[in-house]
Amino acid sequence: MGTNQTGIAAGRLAPADYAANFADLHPPLDKHEALVASDRCYFCHDAPCMTACPTEIDIPLFIRQISTGNPIGSAKTIFDQNILGGMCARVCPTETLCEQACVRNTAEERPVEIGRLQRYATDTAMAAGRQFYTRAAATGKTIAVVGAGPAGLACAHRLALHGHDVVIYDARPKAGGLNEYGIAAYKAPGDFAQAEVDYVLAIGGIEVVNGKALGRDFTLADLSARYDAVFLGFGLAGVNTLGVPGEMLEGVEDAVDFIERLRSADDKATLPVGRRVVVIGGGMTAIDAAVQAKLLGAEEVTICYRRGKEQMNASVYEQELAASKGVFIRHWLAPKQIIEKDGKVAGIEVEYTALVDGRLAGTGETGAIAADQILVAIGQKLDNPALDGLALEGGKIAVDGEGRTSLSGVWAGGDCAFGGQDLTVSGVAMGRDAAESINHVLMSAAAPVTAVA
Amino acid sequence: MADIRNTFVGIKSPNPFWLASAPPTDKAYNVERAFKAGWGGVVWKTLGSEGPPVVNVNGPRYGAIWGADRRLLGLNNIELITDRDLYVNLREMKQVKMNWPDRALIASIMVPCVEEEWKAILPLVEETGADGIELNFGCPHGMSERGMGSAVGQVPEYIEMVVRWCKQYTRMPVITKLTPNITDIRHPARAAKRGGTDAVSLINTINSIVSVDLDNFAPVPSIGGKGSHGGYCGPAVKPIALNMVSEIARDEETYGLPISGIGGVTTWRDAAEFLALGAGNVQVCTAAMTYGFKIVQEMITGLSDWMDAKGHRTLDDICGRAVPNVTDWKYLNLNYVAKAHIDQDACIKCGRCHIACEDTSHQAITSLVDGVRHFEVIEEECVGCNLCVNVCPVENCITMQPLDPGAIDKRTGKIVDPTYANWTTHPNNPMSTQAAE
Repeated sequence: MGTNQTGIAAGRLAPADYAANFADLHPPLDKHEALVASDRCYFCHDAPCMTACPTEIDIPLFIRQISTGNPIGSAKTIFDQNILGGMCARVCPTETLCEQACVRNTAEERPVEIGRLQRYATDTAMAAGRQFYTRAAATGKTIAVVGAGPAGLACAHRLALHGHDVVIYDARPKAGGLNEYGIAAYKAPGDFAQAEVDYVLAIGGIEVVNGKALGRDFTLADLSARYDAVFLGFGLAGVNTLGVPGEMLEGVEDAVDFIERLRSADDKATLPVGRRVVVIGGGMTAIDAAVQAKLLGAEEVTICYRRGKEQMNASVYEQELAASKGVFIRHWLAPKQIIEKDGKVAGIEVEYTALVDGRLAGTGETGAIAADQILVAIGQKLDNPALDGLALEGGKIAVDGEGRTSLSGVWAGGDCAFGGQDLTVSGVAMGRDAAESINHVLMSAAAPVTAVA
Repeated sequence: MADIRNTFVGIKSPNPFWLASAPPTDKAYNVERAFKAGWGGVVWKTLGSEGPPVVNVNGPRYGAIWGADRRLLGLNNIELITDRDLYVNLREMKQVKMNWPDRALIASIMVPCVEEEWKAILPLVEETGADGIELNFGCPHGMSERGMGSAVGQVPEYIEMVVRWCKQYTRMPVITKLTPNITDIRHPARAAKRGGTDAVSLINTINSIVSVDLDNFAPVPSIGGKGSHGGYCGPAVKPIALNMVSEIARDEETYGLPISGIGGVTTWRDAAEFLALGAGNVQVCTAAMTYGFKIVQEMITGLSDWMDAKGHRTLDDICGRAVPNVTDWKYLNLNYVAKAHIDQDACIKCGRCHIACEDTSHQAITSLVDGVRHFEVIEEECVGCNLCVNVCPVENCITMQPLDPGAIDKRTGKIVDPTYANWTTHPNNPMSTQAAE
């Protein structure tokens, strides 16, 4: 069964192959495996892994708790710093964060499996339905959070913890943000993103309003007027375009949309994919799109990146993952035009590039790659006209170390704010820290002035 | 090629590795397998008096503690002496000894402290052709409640008395197995020697409760919710055994008394350490019960290869070699000064040396140097305690390096004195002996 027909088609694989291809990339550790893996942690002083974690989870402590048979306590250690620790355990590029810093790399070039251990602990607690937090006494303050992604959820949870009431507005039908819509399906199968949203919201005091977008349904001024504080965590809605002829042809699509469609599809066999797919870009999105195109049954998938391997934003691990799935990564190639046949994509003309005096330039040498489908993954941008005079930096919302924007009473974090790493985990850190800042500001203002005798 | 043939109180075996009296030596089936695997000798599971055999519990007999990756470090048991009929054991011993004339076969015996009991059993054992007997004065559980095992081993007068009977009623060499559940191991050893024993073997197991089941608040192993202390053995007890062996090896009264070393022998290296501290051979149980009889092959080749590498030809070249280096604390050289040194190329920067020193010792290891994570010994603070060496996960990364005489100890500011001087002559010692004018 399956098909190799030219063009963009669904059902390229036998039904069973879809299930196998989109199963968990890293299957969960069972108890024995977790104990063995946790035994390898040295419980380092001022542990480098902890420093490398944007949310500064106390990794040696949570691993020691696993090793002593206390996965529930371990989960609390994780959630204390990162309420989305379950998703981060699945999608964090640990190979460039905690696991890269692990001293076991120096010892034997194999780090402690921190990500998988974190998943073991958080899965155990979530499966047991354990909630660790109770809200502080109600403060009477209400805060609007725009965007129900990692930053918004982390911010809302921390605010609710402090006794504030929170309303999250999200443009999409489901909460979760990129956790729900933007992550490769095999990294978080089984609708984990929604389970995690439910787990986070279980603290209470958080209302989620779906289908409401900033700029379309309300303005920032509306929110500022109605709420004691506003947190913006709506991510990057816009995508960069190639700017080459043929971009509007049928068969050219933004990789973000492709990934979202994959995430939302219950039956992967219904998803059409090209026989030959070219992905333009060099980041995680490019890899996620390319790998999943391959897993959907594309015969040939090529990533074209205009710079070299070292400049790719995708980690070496991700590049190797793509290679292992049969994706062909080509470097120093920039798109020149999309080749058309019968009104559809037939290929892409690319030009070789090189660094000339430190600047990227075309060499004049061109070539063509046959393709039925082109996926564009060359970055996302803020693209929200409704920011009412917020100062920007690097194309994103400018924030200080606590997440404060240039407008009083407005904080921002996650991908829409400048200074993050465009990762779930850095969004969580920014959202959490902004919540602390908001709480501090609101509560100091609320504190009664006491006379000094 | 090193010669590891062993002669212990006249008993010959092709190597110094015997299986201790324990479950692995309870019957012919096991012992035959052990000899096929290469064991030099066995001490048969302890025989009791004629008559109805003892009974064991029908629930769990063992408990354990584990290290990383569930590696067994300590085992505890509440099993009694053999629960098989005396004559079945004697018949099998005789047959096995006939099948394996080059291997040592020792009978372990535990009968009540009554002369007639010992007088009765010894000829029966002698008739099997066993090479010797081992008197079980060690088992600390069950039988001790009935006045046997460690109940005898804890009373030097009883030891002496029973050994004397045995020497009187048999021509077989007598090995007296000692219990460590006593304050000073030298007293029972001396008593055994006074009674005329040919050798001592030690240690038997240590009174222990390995763990508590926190769901039921019952000791482990639990027999229907109740537990009893057991006998502890395995790698965890080796340091205790080594010390006791050395105490007997260097005691004036027992110096030269043959010792069969027992207690946590798991590798050839453990065995070599027992031999160096004065044991004439070793007995093994827990390692075999953990990994099976094949481990003896590692022990044989390891010991032999090490001896070859070091130029030791026979076991006599190594036995007791470390005994002269075991001394009392008061004779240690207080002018010897060592400092820890961290090999920066080997260091993986886990920081455990720093935090151990900082929190619990002498604040003598850095964690940051010029703002960079860096672990280095501060010689001005280092007392040379060796804690960092022991907590470092990388072997040989931290080493203790002695200061040469004449060098300055940066901690005290004093020049390292080349002469030997110990506590007995130290000015801070109120009991110090002054050299005659």
